[in-house]
Order: sequence, then C-alpha cells, then structure tokens
Amino acid sequence: MSMMNVAAAAGRRVLPNHWDLIALAAIMAVLTAIARAYHGIAAPLPAPNVPVITLDYAALPYYALRTALRMFAAMFFSFLFTFTYATLAAKSRRAEMALIPILDILQSVPILGFLSFTVTFFLGLFPGNVLGAECAAIFAIFTSQAWNMAFSFYQSLRTVPRDLDEVARGFRLTGWQKFWQLEAPFAVPSLVWNTMMSMSGGWFFVVASEAITVGDTTITLPGVGSYIAEANNQGRWDAILAAVATMAVVILIYDQVLFRPIIAWAGKFRVELSVGQQVERSWVLELLQRTNWIRRGVRPLFAALRAASLWRLSLPRVLPARVFDSRPVSRLVDIAWVVVVTVVAAWAMWSVVIYVSTELSWSDVGKVGLLTFYTLLRVVTLMAIASAIWVPISVWVGLRPRWAEAVQPIAQFLAAFPVNLLFGAAVSLILAFNLNPDIWLSVLIVFGTQWYIVFNTIAGAAAFPNDLREAAANFRVRGLDWWRKVILPGVAPYYLTGAITASGGSWNASIVAEYVKWKDQTVAAHGVGAYIAEATDKGDFPRIVLGVAMMSIFVTLFNRLFWRRLYAHAERRLRL
Amino acid sequence: MLDPSSAILLDVSHVSQTYETGSGEARAPVLHDVSLSLRQGEIVALLGRSGCGKSTLLRIISGLSRPTDGHVSIGGETVDGPAEGVAMVFQSFALFPWLTVLDNVEIGPRAQGVPLDETRKRALQAIDVIGLDGFESAYPKELSGGMRQRVGFARALVVQPKILLMDEPFSALDVLTAETLRTDLLDLWQEGRIPIKSILMVTHNIEEAVLMADRIIVLSSNPGRIGAEIAVPLAQPRNRLDPEFRELVDRIYALMTQRPEPKRAEREAAAAAVGLGLALPLVSTNSLAGMLEEIAAPPYDGQADLPHLADSLQMEIDDLFPLGETLQLLKLAEFAEGDIKLTPTGKQFVDMGVDQRKRLFAEHLLANIPLAAHIKRVLDERPSHRAPATRFREELEDYMSEDYAERTLRAIINLGRYGELFAYDENAQAFSYENPQ
Repeated sequence: MSMMNVAAAAGRRVLPNHWDLIALAAIMAVLTAIARAYHGIAAPLPAPNVPVITLDYAALPYYALRTALRMFAAMFFSFLFTFTYATLAAKSRRAEMALIPILDILQSVPILGFLSFTVTFFLGLFPGNVLGAECAAIFAIFTSQAWNMAFSFYQSLRTVPRDLDEVARGFRLTGWQKFWQLEAPFAVPSLVWNTMMSMSGGWFFVVASEAITVGDTTITLPGVGSYIAEANNQGRWDAILAAVATMAVVILIYDQVLFRPIIAWAGKFRVELSVGQQVERSWVLELLQRTNWIRRGVRPLFAALRAASLWRLSLPRVLPARVFDSRPVSRLVDIAWVVVVTVVAAWAMWSVVIYVSTELSWSDVGKVGLLTFYTLLRVVTLMAIASAIWVPISVWVGLRPRWAEAVQPIAQFLAAFPVNLLFGAAVSLILAFNLNPDIWLSVLIVFGTQWYIVFNTIAGAAAFPNDLREAAANFRVRGLDWWRKVILPGVAPYYLTGAITASGGSWNASIVAEYVKWKDQTVAAHGVGAYIAEATDKGDFPRIVLGVAMMSIFVTLFNRLFWRRLYAHAERRLRL
Repeated sequence: MLDPSSAILLDVSHVSQTYETGSGEARAPVLHDVSLSLRQGEIVALLGRSGCGKSTLLRIISGLSRPTDGHVSIGGETVDGPAEGVAMVFQSFALFPWLTVLDNVEIGPRAQGVPLDETRKRALQAIDVIGLDGFESAYPKELSGGMRQRVGFARALVVQPKILLMDEPFSALDVLTAETLRTDLLDLWQEGRIPIKSILMVTHNIEEAVLMADRIIVLSSNPGRIGAEIAVPLAQPRNRLDPEFRELVDRIYALMTQRPEPKRAEREAAAAAVGLGLALPLVSTNSLAGMLEEIAAPPYDGQADLPHLADSLQMEIDDLFPLGETLQLLKLAEFAEGDIKLTPTGKQFVDMGVDQRKRLFAEHLLANIPLAAHIKRVLDERPSHRAPATRFREELEDYMSEDYAERTLRAIINLGRYGELFAYDENAQAFSYENPQ
C-alpha cells in the first residue's frame, strides 16, 4: 500500500521536457513577483504583536494544541486544493498540459525555501496582524502536503475502472453525482494513504515555520516549534526534552484517533473484489461502529450526505472535455494554447533572470551550482550510508513477522517525528566536541528521513513470498548470493519507494540542517541549503530565488534521471 | 415467443466504427456496416470471438460510445448519448464496492431523482425477484460471483428498461453458477416476471447462445461485420443433449471456422499478399503442441469435432480458435466443416522428439508466416545481427492498430523463441541470434 504515491509517480514521463521548463519558469516567476512587491514597499516587515514564548512546562499542552490545529487547517486547504486542481487537470486536456508539469515541479521544489516568500506575502496581506504569520505557517504545511495529495487524486481520476465509468454514464449520472458516487470514492484509499504520508512530512514543516526570521523580522507563533526554538536560544535541555515528549504524544494521538480509523474505513473503497490482503484495523473505528447510540446518531447525517451526493447538479464545463477531437479547429486551439503558455513562461523566465541579475552575476550562479553539488553529494552519500546500515537490518526484521509487527509502527512514528526539534541539541554536541560541521551536519539530513527506508524495506521483506524463500533455502543459496539474487531484488520496489520519499525529504531537510543555531552561535556547512537559509536570515531575496531555483533544477533532474528510471525498471522487472 | 410482426424496439443501421490514433489517422475499422434489429419479445445473441467488435457494438447501442458512421434508434428515437430505456449487465459485474447491495441497486433511479420511497419499493422488488433477499446490507466484496451478478441484474431491472443489454454476463462465473443464473433468468423471462421487452446479449459461448437466444447473429472479425444470422426454433426449456440442439451447435462451429473455406486458395493468396499485415493471436506453444497431441490421440485419431474437442479440453472458443488458427497458419492442422484435422506434417510433428519438433516448427514458421521470415532476413542483413523491436512494431502499425501490432509482436517473439529462430532481449527490446552461453 505504501507503493501508491511513488507508483503513481513512476507512471509519468521520465525525461524532463519543455513542459517542465515552462512549469519551473512559472513557479519561479510567481516567487519573484512576490519578492519584488516586497522590495517595492521597501519598509521592514511590520512585526505582528505576538505573545512571548514561555518555557514553562504548563504551557506545552496549549502550544501542542495550537500546532495540531495548524496541521488541521493545512489539511483542510490541501483537500480543497486537491479536489479542485486535480479534478480540473483530470477533466480537461488543455488544463492538464499546464497543470500537471507545474505540480510535478512543485513536488521537487524545496518547500522550506518558500518560507521567506510566503511569510512576506501573508504579512503583507494582514499588516501588523498575527493572522498573516498564521497563514504563512499553514501555507508552509500546505505546500508539504497538497502536491502529493493532488497527484494521487489526479492519478485515481485517470484510472477509474472502465466498467464502473460505463455504469455511471449508462445510468446518466451527472458530473456531480459521478464525482461523489464513483470518482471520489475510488480515489479514497490512495488519497488517504498519501495524506497520512504527507502529514508525516507536515510535522517537520510546522516546527520549522512557527519560528522564522526574515531579515529583521522574527515571528514566533505559539506552538511546539517556537517552544523548541526558544529552548535552543536559551540552551535548555530539559525544555527540549519536554517538547519532544509532547510532540510524541501529539503524533500518537493524531495517528490513533484520526488516521488509523480513516485508513481502516478507507479499506472499503478498494476496488479489487477479493477479500484477503491484510485488513487494517482500528480500535477507535470499531468503537465508533459498534456503539449503538453513535451509529444511530450518525445515520441521518450519512443519509443526508448521500442525498446531497445525488443532487442532480452538473459540474461546470470550464474547458472542453477529455475526448480526443481531431477537428482542425480543435487542433488550432491546441496550438494556440501551447503558444500562449510558452510565451507566458518565456516572459516569466526572463523576468526571473532580470530580477536575479540586478544583484547577482554569473559567478554567483556558478558558486550556487557548486554549493548545490555539495548538497547533492551529501544527500547521495548519506542515503547510501543509511541504506547500507538499514536495509540488512530491515530485511532481518521483515522476515520475522513478530519482530516486524513490533518494529513497524515505531519506524512509521519515527518517520513522522519532526527531527528538526533535535537539531539545536545535536549542534550543541558538534560545538562541544569541536566537530567538522561539513561532515557532522550532514548526518542531520537523513536523521528524519531514513525511517522511510526502514519501514518500506520491512514491508517489502514481510511481503516476500514464502515459497521463494523456501526455494532459495532448498537450493542452498546462501551468503552474498542470497542477498544479491534473492532478497535484494525482492525488496527493491519497496526499498525504492522509501528511498525516493527519503531523498525528497532530505533535500528539504538540508535547508534546515546545514544552517543551525544553538544559543547565540550558528553552525553552517557548505551547501545550497545553508545558502538559502542564510539568505532567508538576511532577507536577501535575489539569492533566495537563485538558491531555490538551482536546487529545484537539481532535484528535478536527480529525480527524473535517477530515481524514476530506477523505479520504472524495478516495477517492470522486479515486482512480484 | 417469436412474433415477426411485433414492433421493432431497436434498429441498428449501417453502423461502422473506426478508431483513430493520436495523430488523427484512421486505423483499421473495428466494425464495418453492421445492421440489425431487435423485436419485442425476443432474445438475440451476438456471437463472436474476442476482437470482433461485439462489445463495441453493444456500447454503441447503449449510447456509451458513438459510431463513426451509421445510426442507432431505440423505440424510434435516435440514440445520442447514454440511452434511456436500456440497461446493461457487465461481464465484470461492475458493482461499486463501497456501496451495499441495496445502494448499488438503487443507484439508477436515485441518480434520476426518483423519490426515495418509490426507489426503495422498486429496489426491494427487484432484489426479491432476482433472489437476493437477505443480502440487502451486504457489500459486494462479501458475495460470491454468482450473487454479485445477481446484483448486476437487479440493478439493471430496477430502472425498468425496455431492452436489457448483457455483455458476456456469465463468462466470469464458474460453470455451475453460470448455468443456475442462466436458468433463473430464462425462467423469469418466460414467466414474464421481469418487465423487459427484449434482451440483447453478447457472448463467445456457442452453447450459451443456442441455449438462450431466439436468434443468433454471428459476427466475423477484422473488421467486425455480420457473418450470419441463425434462428433457433427450439422450444424453451432447451436440452443441451437434444440432437437438434447438438446439430445447431455443430452448425455454428462449422460456420465460424469454415467461413473463409470456400475461397481458401484465394485466402492464402491474400495472406501472402498481406504479408506483414497478418495479425497473429497470442498463444502458448505448449498449448499448440498439446492440442496437436490431443487431436492425434484416440478418440479423435487425427480429426476432431470442434464442440467435442472444446468440451474435452475445457476450452471456450476464445481459447480454442486462436490455437486452431495458428496451427492452420503453420499448416500443421486445418479446419474442415466444424472439425479440425491434422495435416501430414502435423501428424509427423506429434511423433517427433523435442529437437526435431523445434526444427520442423522453425521451418514452418519461416515458410508460412511472413513476419518471421522478415525478421530473420533483417537479422541476416545487419552486420551486428541485432534489430530493435520498435522497427518491426512500426512496420506492423502500418497495417493494424497499436494493440494488435503489440500482440502480433509478442506472438512472433514467443513462436520464434520456441522454434529457436531468433532470440529476444526484453531489456534491450531487441531481436538477435544470441542466446546466453
């Protein structure tokens, strides 16, 4: 099941093409426009009036609540975005041509690099008001979830089983009815899974975005992230520990009360008609479903929802429907559309170049390229080391069902845990032992993301067919041969799923991990992450744009040329 | 049941369907100039092999797809978009897994805005008629195949269609279940307990067609067109062992295999002229050898009656015909009057050992299948003795649709590997002579 998001990704084109370039240009242009608008005002950002963060333990539950609510709000907007954007892309061919590459690039853009832009933007929207900062934080979380969710939804809409589609059309369901009776339910299992996975990343971003400095403006929102930031400032170990424990409890509650029940419930939307597979269970869901008064209470609600889903509404036809139309007129419109999109993108790219070149020269571009290369090196090396350590351990665990059962939830929990809470503490160790930041800060990059490798590999090993294991044992395949010819190919698709997620997360983490503060000291490594973080600190927008753009290009190329090819190969050859 | 004077419910006139490629070029037609009509009170079976366009025709009739040419009307009204007055039963059942049986059955009327109590009344009645009582709150996942298809029937009945369209409704079920369902449906139909005026069913099962239909329309393939129309004058309930029944089944088998027979010489000339345009079915070489052995062995002794052979091999015509045709192409066997007969070389083949068989197979492949000879020629001509698959795929696509080209390529790879004519590297997607040492 953890295959879904990446499986979807692998179906897409592999090589970058002009649409990717156009998408990249469009995204960068929007960022530049925001930065420019800010420069136009040229005044320091009005710092909203926010209460001071206290390190009192008693305040932690309240902070945790605020953090959790932010997550909720972001999830709400992510769903809104998913339902509109993905539906539009799936239903209209021309919209799809532009929307999908944009989504694809957005997935590769280091979201934390956005932070400075969005904070600026939202503070400008609500001057002097804390709402602006709240919006910025929520938006940061949103950006960590929405693309992934929209992609999953889009993929589902495009793969609705043909016979069910024919039933819906045969009974003349309207667009609205079809959406709620067929398309949305069909998308539920994969959407829920992707939402949960994105949520894991979301905790990282909520922590990172609660306390942020852009130029002279420092904004701290009440929340666990700010609490940690303050604890890092003061160097209070006990407060850090308390915050970590609180966060653990919050994530546990979210998991048990929200996601487990939803996943168990989503099981009924799976289309394969055979029973079997392991059925996800949740004590909360069972409690809800088996308690009489709750059942009776919600029945009218469900009946009402069902009635609403059957309203005879037609969805608005914004753009021509997805039928192939070969009439010359339609062809001409297609061509015109492509030309318009390309021109807009070219203009956008040009404006980005102009903007960046006001303060920066080609030598800066070269320098940032080199820094990005360092970060790439870091990500690759650390992923390799993490894989070398964790794959054998995970295989060992995965082949032992009882161990797997115990370890799996822990690994998932660790993946969700925002390790940036611990960065300050880790840096204090680097300072104390006078370690080389270029090496030891790198470790932080995979600190939180390695767990994706762990739990996906465990899942792969657990799913490895028993008869193949027995055949290998029967022919006495042992040692290195057993690893190379039996188990590694067997878990490869699963491992790659985890590795791709981990790699994406690591790029993002580098922005936080290469540039860390502890008390009044700052430790930085050489890398584009530190470059972006430092530019953010100084409010130096052209540098941020350059850094983010360079990183996006690297990430996109790295994904397309390496991960997707590998994954497509594994899917084709190694999927059991 | 059959009353020639009764009203024509459905009229299909001169329907053709052609699929287009992405670049807008027209490709091989799927259906060519199909005309038929459906009268009140009759069950008509559209019989044909996979790929003859029978399901496409059903979708055009139901308004789910639009013909490139021609015209369909139901009850005098032109079909233009999903039609009222028809309901379809699907081979795959096509139930919404997230809805209960009752919700699945109710979806049609509810989508049309029929009031809830009216919907419920009709749904419960349909559930009762079709024998689903007690399963209203079950989810499709919990049901067996037979029960699922009953839900499919109830869902179709509840919208009170004039015409029931069935797309191979029993072919995903096991033999026993399918038989029960057929009998139940026929009983309901005979007793007039379902408000349907007429049934049009698509099937590839000859016995099923003879068992249920008043009239059988045989579609021939490539492109799909009406090959023959046969009235079934037997009274219901019909008995499969009845000599008349058997005779009819035999006749249809003969019809479906022998059609090209009268002009066989012509056909072979055509095949040679077609050359690369010959679409090959994908069959297993083990099954080819197995079938030759089966025909050679008693009780057949070299010539087998197709219905019997289908029975003893437990094969439907969709499995049997591609095998037979490949054997015919390779000149190892040939169809004759509803029988399949080994050629002299076919008989030799059976008596040979593995290596000899392969050699003989390779010879026949080269001699009779132009694509095989073509690939070998290209490999011989190239100094590297390697050729990418795309090259041949593109050549094939000049003659046939992408799907057929892909299938034909798969088929020739499979046959070529068995005959050790050439090797194929899946990773590199290339033909060569090299096999790993």
